[in-house]
Amino acid sequence: MPGQNVDALRHNGKLKLAAFKFTSCDGCQLQILNLEDDLLALAEVTEIAFFLEARRQEPSPPYDIGFVEGSISTPEEEERISQIRRECKTLITIGACATSGGIQALRNWADVEEFSRCVYPRPEHIAALATATPIAAHVFVDYELRGCPINPADLVELVSAALAGRRPNIATHSLCVECKRSGYPCVMVAQGKPCLGPVTQVGCGGALCPHHNRACYGCFGPMEQPNMASLGQWFTSRLGQDARDMKRMLRLFNGYIEPFKQASDRYEQEEQRGKKKQEK
Amino acid sequence: MSKKSNAGRKSKKSEGGAVGRRRTRTIHVEALARVEGEGALHLVTRDGRVDEVQLRIFEPPRFYEAFLRGRDFREVPDIVARICGICPVAYQMSACHALERAMGVFDEVDPAIRALRNLFYCGEWIESHVLHMFMLHLPDFFGCESVFSMAVDHGDWVRRSLRIKKTGNAIVAMLGGRAVHPVGACIGGFHRLPERREIAALLPELEFCRDDMADLLLALAGEVTFPELERDYEFVSLSADDEYPMNLGRIKSNKGLDVGQDEFGGAIEELQVPHSTALHAAIRGRGAYLVGPLARLNLNAEKLHPRAAELLPKLCKAVGRRLPWRNNYFSLLARGLEVVHSFALAVDLLANYSPPERAFVPVAPRAGLGRHGTEAPRGLCWHEYRTESDGTIALARIVPPTSQNQAMIEDDLGELALRIEGLSDEEATFQCEQLIRNYDPCISCSVHFLNLTRGQGDAGEVS
Repeated sequence: MPGQNVDALRHNGKLKLAAFKFTSCDGCQLQILNLEDDLLALAEVTEIAFFLEARRQEPSPPYDIGFVEGSISTPEEEERISQIRRECKTLITIGACATSGGIQALRNWADVEEFSRCVYPRPEHIAALATATPIAAHVFVDYELRGCPINPADLVELVSAALAGRRPNIATHSLCVECKRSGYPCVMVAQGKPCLGPVTQVGCGGALCPHHNRACYGCFGPMEQPNMASLGQWFTSRLGQDARDMKRMLRLFNGYIEPFKQASDRYEQEEQRGKKKQEK
Repeated sequence: MSKKSNAGRKSKKSEGGAVGRRRTRTIHVEALARVEGEGALHLVTRDGRVDEVQLRIFEPPRFYEAFLRGRDFREVPDIVARICGICPVAYQMSACHALERAMGVFDEVDPAIRALRNLFYCGEWIESHVLHMFMLHLPDFFGCESVFSMAVDHGDWVRRSLRIKKTGNAIVAMLGGRAVHPVGACIGGFHRLPERREIAALLPELEFCRDDMADLLLALAGEVTFPELERDYEFVSLSADDEYPMNLGRIKSNKGLDVGQDEFGGAIEELQVPHSTALHAAIRGRGAYLVGPLARLNLNAEKLHPRAAELLPKLCKAVGRRLPWRNNYFSLLARGLEVVHSFALAVDLLANYSPPERAFVPVAPRAGLGRHGTEAPRGLCWHEYRTESDGTIALARIVPPTSQNQAMIEDDLGELALRIEGLSDEEATFQCEQLIRNYDPCISCSVHFLNLTRGQGDAGEVS
């Protein structure tokens, strides 16, 4: 069970933290710097030993906690994550790329060589794996922080839990619950917008999208045990979404994590069957 | 040199020494610190001339232009935001404007929405500029390895800058829900308009930060010594008639470039240079050019907000140079001025805010072509999209600022290399790193557009 190693982590001195980047946008690491009020406090109670985005100092493994941003998408990254795993007592993924593959995992359903030719005039120089995959597909991960991007409050909670030697208290229920609690009018019921809130994990900081009068697009990935089939039934029978719409909606920043992946694969098959029928 | 696969992957290597009468020096930094993304530096000088200079990009490609094909046009602002966690607003704004052109509604966007878009951008400029100035760049000027060690001697500055940065984030969050990958913007406007009480809550802090940033900037200008490296750059930025450039305007330079948004893609070319497989943007028939805060300032200083403009003479006096500034290290000051400008503009916009009649212009899908660039914190970020009749993206092309500056960074390094021959290897390496960081390169952004050089031409093999 992820999280247990965090429990076990009790330290007399300062916690030695490190942040590592793989294929990503830097946004989750930036959320560390976006702690602003807590940043200098964090630097006081922990030792931020390796953080290339923020400092020039030489690294010195081993680290108590390694935060990993980004997915594995090149042969070099495959090697590097194994090395990092050996150097970190606890390994925590931060964000959708590291946890589910991220937006670049869209290549997993496509021909990467064709992608490469589309973007680069000399694709032979591109050393990219055929897939972009989450960290847990390569090494053991102790805890996964969701979100595209992560919520900085979750980071503080995680480090506090590690310092106190307790389990982090991070919710895994649906965004829908948070939205109701906040008293926002339901964008699906009131406006007929296809909202992923019922199947998406809470954490973005107060049902951001419904608060902005739009449908949740699932940036925190699936909640615990979502009912994908039921939501899909609603979207297709009552909100006019077709199989392609469903596929696109699920294959966004967390498309390559179950059960979003399985559901999107089902809609893709349906879309292809529909196309074949049309051709006939 | 064998590729070290230690977790840090940061190894520095400098080889110097006289071999007979030849002197070869290799400066190699395998993983540049305090830049956004992954990049490396490789520089070889021999007998007083530069043999090789490369800013290597080893950030993995993510293929945005490829997977955008087939997506719905309304999804694009949320998707392209993920190109860069530091400047998502820039990507959203460029995409929104370009797709509004494609859908034929560009001229229908309400002026009040345009004002809110500038406000959105103010937040991002503040957040990104202050992050770069104080957290990534300034430690170099004080000989510190990070903001954490800089906080020991300059704790007051660090704390004030964190408060200012936080306020920039708060502007983005007011319009977009959060600072990184905000959810508020859409094609045609915003999903939701801010309420008066949110604005009233933010205004006093904006006024405080505007004044405090002005003080900080003047104090900083008095303490920092800039390296001397003046060059005859071609500065490129948007230039609107009536405002300091953010979202709108023609694209102009100090050397005669003057093109509409539609024509920019044809005005530049992507060159492949012998020493690198990375594509370099250049103005057709002319060569490398510079985008970013220094370019914007030099071309548009008279359009600065009066609160920023009044600081300019003092800054010019502090550095002993009148505009145009040709020393790119002065970008630090240009960023500071733009932060003050952004706060002052934001205060004006909010103090006079009355909610627009509608949050967005209704947009219906159609087959179209749209091109538009806006001023990301690091410079012009230009997008091009072609859509099918149902609004599906058929083609996407994105020209981010760092890939445009890459050729100029290498030119600058070549120039610098000759001036630092007398320095120790360590000091010379540091100066090269500082030069690159001065550009605030955003490698995460640039890479989906660049070829990789990783694994080619090892540093040790200088013949």
